[in-house]
Amino acid sequence: MSRHTLSVLTENKPGVLARVAALFSRRGFNIDSLAVGPTEHDDISRMTIVVNVEELPLEQVTKQLNKLVNVIKIVELDNSQSVQRELMLIKVRTDSESRSHVLELVNLFRARCVDVAPDAVTIEVTGTTDKLDAFVRVLEPYGIKELVQSGMVAIGRGARSITDRSLRAIDRSA
Amino acid sequence: MTEKMTGAQALVRALEHVGVETVFGIPGGAILPAYDPLYDSTKVRHVLVRHEQGAGHAAEGYAQATGRVGVCMATSGPGATNLVTAIADAYMDSVPIVAITGQVATPLIGTDAFQEADISGITMPITKHNFLVTDADDIPRTIAEAFHIAATGRPGPVLVDIAKDALTATTTFSWPPVMQLPGYRPVTRPHSKQIREAARLMTEAQRPVLYVGGGVHKARASAELLELAELTGIPVVTTLMARGTFPDSHPQHMGMPGMHGSVSAVGALQRSDLLIALGTRFDDRVTGQLASFAPHAKVIHADIDPAEISKNRHADVPIVGDCREVIGDLITAVRAEQADGRKGDYTDWWRVLNGYKETYPLGYEEFADGSLAPQYVIERLSALVGPEAIYTAGVGQHQMWTAQFIKYEHPGTFINSGGAGTMGFSVPAAMGAKMGCPDKVVWAIDGDGCFQMTNQELATCAIEGVPIKVAVINNGNLGMVRQWQTLFYDERYSNTDLQQVKRIPDFVKLAEAYGCVGLRCERPEDVDATIAKAMEINDVPVVIDFVVHKDAMVWPMVAAGTSNDDIKYARDMAPNWEGGE
Repeated sequence: MSRHTLSVLTENKPGVLARVAALFSRRGFNIDSLAVGPTEHDDISRMTIVVNVEELPLEQVTKQLNKLVNVIKIVELDNSQSVQRELMLIKVRTDSESRSHVLELVNLFRARCVDVAPDAVTIEVTGTTDKLDAFVRVLEPYGIKELVQSGMVAIGRGARSITDRSLRAIDRSA
Repeated sequence: MTEKMTGAQALVRALEHVGVETVFGIPGGAILPAYDPLYDSTKVRHVLVRHEQGAGHAAEGYAQATGRVGVCMATSGPGATNLVTAIADAYMDSVPIVAITGQVATPLIGTDAFQEADISGITMPITKHNFLVTDADDIPRTIAEAFHIAATGRPGPVLVDIAKDALTATTTFSWPPVMQLPGYRPVTRPHSKQIREAARLMTEAQRPVLYVGGGVHKARASAELLELAELTGIPVVTTLMARGTFPDSHPQHMGMPGMHGSVSAVGALQRSDLLIALGTRFDDRVTGQLASFAPHAKVIHADIDPAEISKNRHADVPIVGDCREVIGDLITAVRAEQADGRKGDYTDWWRVLNGYKETYPLGYEEFADGSLAPQYVIERLSALVGPEAIYTAGVGQHQMWTAQFIKYEHPGTFINSGGAGTMGFSVPAAMGAKMGCPDKVVWAIDGDGCFQMTNQELATCAIEGVPIKVAVINNGNLGMVRQWQTLFYDERYSNTDLQQVKRIPDFVKLAEAYGCVGLRCERPEDVDATIAKAMEINDVPVVIDFVVHKDAMVWPMVAAGTSNDDIKYARDMAPNWEGGE
């Protein structure tokens, strides 16, 4: 099994996320992470889907996704040729004694403190899965009260854009 | 040219513009606004069925008999959910239908309103695509898109759910609308490099087989297939969905492969060194245990759906394209190979195959007590009715015998439920086929179990003047399940006896109650005369109750999950593969 990051461009229409999610469950594929959002084009949404599968099921995943009428384009982003980020918000138990230690870790991980209460701080951190895992590990001794994490978003390195090229394809078909 | 009208009028106008002639359906609250302008349409004939499932299967039968998109219509909630089985069936067998359903008005959606069901959500995994329309302005474009998606690429069912307020709102109608389908671009032209590679493998192979599926007829490519087969001399097997796509009488035809395929077809696949799979999907009912399916064969796999290629079996030469274009290009490429002096020599292969054919022909057991063998009935139907008719079947033993014992010569003359295995398919599908092809004789061959699921459409047939003929192969049991109970469950017949000894219902009286002619046949010597009598009646539907022996079984058989190599041509009778060589 290996992790693959798929960028899926879809029409920005109601129900598209349900179609994609239903396809994964129906065909028995597992989603490790999913992030959906708008793109620079109003009528196109972009999903970043991380799947943990062998090579052959991955081919089926992409082919089946491509059959969805609302899916415009699928690109697999190579880990080394793309920038991949997740966002995490963590509420850590602190008191006057431990707060400075926690803030030191925040600086070390280039995270940000976004809220302070007498007995807790809330921290925002972005990065790769590995970095976030490491950050959580060092905070655990202080007591993590709550944690929320986004799916991964990813973009290819260099000047090329996957949305530009697919938009030209749309113009041709119109 | 634009015109003001209601959404409902725009719907009917759009249906007229896309060329719809027949719609099968039942009205109800949410779809009611659409039925009003439909009443006035001179181009669209609405057929009032008795159950929405019947409408769905009729649309399928119509589509498969004519090659055009079949249309069914229902109201929201239970009307729409009654279509679900037929939609799933069309999805599994790639049948182009469009289902139009009414939905509760937009402000009520999501409130658990009366007769509300999220039919677009329900049918998401069993449609090629579906739409929920809440704006009257979107109706014409959505209808155009729905028919385009249903009919092109790999055909399939499309559902259009229209909110009641969209039907009643005023809109501006103009035609043709501009379709907005940026993500829908089916590939139909095969890649020339793959075609050349396929042609090269075909000439090099020693034991090639053309493994033909339903996609070949859907691409209207049976003439091309015949040309390719005769050009190369390669044997042909036709799957359940492809019966008739290659003539049964042709010496290169090896029969149907699969769980109840002929020994010659199954043996050909198992011993092949090259499968040329055309418009077929390596279904488990064909491959048997996948790991031991055609173990020595390389695979050329051509299909219009890229997701089918290498899904179950790795393709050495994948070809994405429409089968008609693929086969046409293959013919050209094989000719080029032959012109360069490379021609396959399959003499040894044919010696083996002809041995299988001669040693293990299809056969069946007669019963010593003089009762009727179901296979005999179907064999006689084939002889007396002939290959020009259209045959439909339900699902089970009678379906397999209809696949085995009718001699098909023309594509599209056998319409059945292959992938989904929907009992009750036969009668409504025959109704749809007959309405699409009124000049053809249409026989619904059905089981007594299946027949009791959808026979209400006989009322539709009688009233609408659709004189189909129904042969009920009545063994008083859910025969295929009973066969499995005989073979795998120690003859413990749990809930498969339909108690037909009590004649409940009496199919002859039932037929008469529906305004049809009912006939009964219980002895072999009466079969021909009964069929002849049915053939003479062409103004009303005819139902023949063929009372057959309950212990007849479908052979050959590859037990589920076992290897094709372990096929039995009769109980405990395995072919001697070496003996044929």
